[in-house]
Amino acid sequence: MNNYLTVSITTPQKKRVFEGVSSCTAPGTKGSFQILVDHAPLLSQLEIGEIKLESDKGLERYSTSGGFLEVLKNNVSLLLESCEKAEEIDVERAKSALERARKRMQEKSADLDIRRAEAALLRALNRIRIAGKVR
Amino acid sequence: MATLREIRRRINSIKSTQQITRAMKMVAAAKLRKAQESILAARPYARKIDEMIRHLIVQLEISGLPLLAVRPPQRVTLVVVTGDRGLCGSFNSNIIKKVLQQIETHRDKEVSLVCIGKKGYDFFRKRGYQIDNKYIQIFNQLEYLHAQQITEYMVEQYIAEKTDLVEVVYNEFKNAVQQFAVVEKYLPLTAEEFEGELKNVSYLYEPDKLSLLNALLPKHLNLQTWRILLESNAAEQGARMTAMENATENASEIIDDLTLHYNKTRQAAITKEISEIVGGAEALKSA
Repeated sequence: MNNYLTVSITTPQKKRVFEGVSSCTAPGTKGSFQILVDHAPLLSQLEIGEIKLESDKGLERYSTSGGFLEVLKNNVSLLLESCEKAEEIDVERAKSALERARKRMQEKSADLDIRRAEAALLRALNRIRIAGKVR
Repeated sequence: MATLREIRRRINSIKSTQQITRAMKMVAAAKLRKAQESILAARPYARKIDEMIRHLIVQLEISGLPLLAVRPPQRVTLVVVTGDRGLCGSFNSNIIKKVLQQIETHRDKEVSLVCIGKKGYDFFRKRGYQIDNKYIQIFNQLEYLHAQQITEYMVEQYIAEKTDLVEVVYNEFKNAVQQFAVVEKYLPLTAEEFEGELKNVSYLYEPDKLSLLNALLPKHLNLQTWRILLESNAAEQGARMTAMENATENASEIIDDLTLHYNKTRQAAITKEISEIVGGAEALKSA
């Protein structure tokens, strides 16, 4: 009997597979949720937030800017537009993105730009927050 | 008749050109390898997203989705994907030719262009075509973000009914020496486009199926855009590599010819001098 999850994180740049995961936490549209072994089949949209994987090796944190999650027979597939390990986040870049987004929101042009700037702001804040947890 | 010095100068100048073309070839080869790797890296993601969409599409009545809505085409948008730089053989001109053909076939409709890459943009701007949007200098540092921006723009245009048909003209990467200019329909989407096996599993959905599908479709388009950008990038590097290899070879040939010519001229000059000296000596002797 397999008591672990196999988690695969797929982005357009890379595919990573994690074996022996006991718990996977992801940011759903209605809030963060946790997947444990023998979860029912699930298809969910993910928001900007944090992904936590718990295995024997300890807790690993990842930041994401949204995507999808599928659970099927103890296989969790995460389909993400972007995904960075907390330790590898480029904080400087996130900070400058934050600055840029703030500036653009103050300038206040078309609605469209505001929406984009908002999304960029959220992404940057999320990265900085998650990077801060491991440093 | 060129003098010795002139020939020497030409040989040197061609040699330095050859050095440049050889360097460009090697840079292109390195970039090509990287570009090919990115294409391979994007495949698992593409397969997975297609699988999910297909799974949802067969369970749903899809007629209500704006990205799948087919309208009689009155306004056509052509997305022109060229490179930012030249010196890559017929890479850019093939695309431009194809676009002109395509404009001709859509003669009875209103055609506008979206240019990705500086070469195509420059060409069509100078000739006064209607250009809705442009993305230049993105191939230097290609990122997924670029694909997202382009897709977002196209989706907005389509949903706002500012265009009824979007076609992309780009170079398909066949292998390092072959690339083809192809025209591909981008929007509207049709259900047949999605590949992947069908799974008969009853999932829990969060949020509901329709919202999920609505969120998945733009991601699918993002990925299409990303793939097109990567293909075009790889094709450009391939084309440049081939073009530069030819240029280097041609330079070698010219250098060989010129060296032969140089030696002949030198020999002729020496012979001339000797015969002058001998002639002069003869003249002195007989005098």
